[in-house]
Amino acid sequence: MAEEKKYTIGALASNKSGVLTRITGLFTRRGYNIESLSACATEDPEVSRMTIILKGDEYILYQLIKQMDKMEDIIKVGCANELDCVYRELLLVKVHAAPEMRSQIIEINEIYKAKTVDLSPETMILEITGDPDKLDAFLKVIQPYGILEMQRTGVTALARGSHTLKDRTDGEYKKLSHEE
Amino acid sequence: MKLKGADILINCLVEQGVDTVFGYPGGTVLDIYDALYKSGKIDHVLTAHEQGAAHAADGYARVTGKTGVCFATSGPGATNLVTGIATAFMDSIPLVAITGNVGISLLGRDSFQEIDIVGITIPITKHNFIVKDVTELAPTIRRAFKIAGSGRKGPVLIDILKNVQIAECEYTPEEPEKIIPEKVEQGKLKAISELINASKKPVIIAGGGVIAADAAQLVHELAQKADCPVTYTLMGKGCIPETDPLCLGMIGMHGTIATAKALSEADTVIALGTRFSDRVALNRDKFAKGKTVIHVDIDAAEIDKNVTATQHIMADVGETLKSLLPLIEEKQRKDWRVKVEAFKKENAAKKNTSIRAFSILKTASALAPEKSTLVTDVGQHQMWAAQNYPVNVPRRFCSSGGLGTMGYGMGAAIGAAFGSGNLSVLVTGDGCFRMNMNEMITAVSRRVPMVILLMDNGVLGMVRQWQKVFYSHRFSQTNLNQNIDYVKYAESVGARGIALNKDDDVEKVLKTAFETAEKESIPVLVDCKISEDDNVLPMIKPGQTYDKQLETLEEN
Repeated sequence: MAEEKKYTIGALASNKSGVLTRITGLFTRRGYNIESLSACATEDPEVSRMTIILKGDEYILYQLIKQMDKMEDIIKVGCANELDCVYRELLLVKVHAAPEMRSQIIEINEIYKAKTVDLSPETMILEITGDPDKLDAFLKVIQPYGILEMQRTGVTALARGSHTLKDRTDGEYKKLSHEE
Repeated sequence: MKLKGADILINCLVEQGVDTVFGYPGGTVLDIYDALYKSGKIDHVLTAHEQGAAHAADGYARVTGKTGVCFATSGPGATNLVTGIATAFMDSIPLVAITGNVGISLLGRDSFQEIDIVGITIPITKHNFIVKDVTELAPTIRRAFKIAGSGRKGPVLIDILKNVQIAECEYTPEEPEKIIPEKVEQGKLKAISELINASKKPVIIAGGGVIAADAAQLVHELAQKADCPVTYTLMGKGCIPETDPLCLGMIGMHGTIATAKALSEADTVIALGTRFSDRVALNRDKFAKGKTVIHVDIDAAEIDKNVTATQHIMADVGETLKSLLPLIEEKQRKDWRVKVEAFKKENAAKKNTSIRAFSILKTASALAPEKSTLVTDVGQHQMWAAQNYPVNVPRRFCSSGGLGTMGYGMGAAIGAAFGSGNLSVLVTGDGCFRMNMNEMITAVSRRVPMVILLMDNGVLGMVRQWQKVFYSHRFSQTNLNQNIDYVKYAESVGARGIALNKDDDVEKVLKTAFETAEKESIPVLVDCKISEDDNVLPMIKPGQTYDKQLETLEEN
């Protein structure tokens, strides 16, 4: 087996009901290991955009792209790994925060540029945006206070500069090097 | 003009050139059947079961090259289509399946005969649709036909809600959209032609894509120009005449000795419209190790999926060959041809002619009318037919390759007869025949000329063969152990039945069968008693390589 890596895949799809079912069905059916998937409508309400984080090797990456590309509802799909991208993820986390703990948590917030978005006598909800590594680091520090519940959105990504997924023309998929 | 949804459907089918539909009525397609009745423009073949309708539409599509169409009602009608749709999907056969569903007010409430057939068929269709608004109906049908018949062909399902069939909207007839194949990348062609021109021992593997692209003639031209032998997959059967000096016969687990030897020695494999399935490549890592592999396939996802190609083109085989042929040097590969000749001689000498199925199939192929279609079910008889019943023209062979659907044959033979207007020769086994023998009623009622060669050994022969080889003769549940009089069964549904028990009778019985089937336009079943111990040979075990082909079975 070739080396396992994480790949970021961007896709534009028709914004219709059932499209997500088709795509996730494909992943399950072919045994692709998806770490996260985030999707929502774009500036064009007929088009939705999704960012998929795939764990696998190059063989799986190209199979996934080609299998997705065949789907009628997919407008464009491509791997963003070679591109210089901005990666962002949003995290909401509800932590135990008795009054004597609050100032400590707010101090952590400041360092990580997180925000307090809700405060109750015993709990706080914190919001933080950043790349997945930053969120992981933040969670590690927050964990000891006691996480009641949390939700991450999954990664979203856009390439820097004038490059857009819509205009991407990969033409040919890169040749794969299989190991004997 | 303003029309009801059901009438729009029939009009759109006529637009697409549909002349025959296979189906079964029911509650949620009453309006569609009413529109069909009033229109009178489409012949509807009422099958005994929806599965038969789906297989018939598939058989019709394989022989005509057109898109096959089947109808079914919601719920069980729709789910009964599933095996037929999956069969077409695995073999890339263009099919449009139309199902009715409950009205929008009942949808999602677990109503009577309501099922999410769109959800069920996502993995086995190229695409599918649920039509909830009558204004979407005509564009959806047109798009469905385009999807089914373009690129890598395949089945599309349209689920039409009852209220859509009743609602009215404006309908304007449209010409069907022309399907224009994409242009072939010129740069790649040069590289490929150089590889072929430089090769000393090339072999062409022709697959179902050659048939789908109607490119058999071009493959033949390539073979002649490059002096290159051709082997075909089960799906490619018919793309080269069996008598052609360059024809090696079939590839795969039960392929010919000539193919196995030629492949083992070849330096270059030219794979045209084929996907290196596990029944062909057997061991995908070793299959083409050390060889140059040229892969032409219309589906990008097939490139490098099972076997890595040295050079590839993602395009229609026909379009590719048209551009490639001028770049191929006309060459005689004398040394290679001498070897190939020797392989072919060895193949002929070692042919397993002792089994009764061999003489039955040989005789039948000689007696069958020229334009008849060979249809098979799945199992030992399928492989015997593929090995011993020559099909020299494309689109005269129907067999479930990818899915291996037992019970495919009866429906497909009916569809093939409607598509070709000629007799179908169905080669089946008793295991397969029992699965859908109800469709013989359809064949009788529509007076389909058909000769059914029932290879009757009382066992599930192929599974039993594997039990012999891999499971130490533990024949778990493969003995059918029933004494069915198939001749009486045939007579009871109004067909003809003849028993064939002796080698000496083969010619006489088959002659009568073909004469009767043609003269009376009726199915004639020949109950061919064969030994339960006959094997399909040669055989390459799963995961093995082509130099490990077995000519006899070392039985455990």
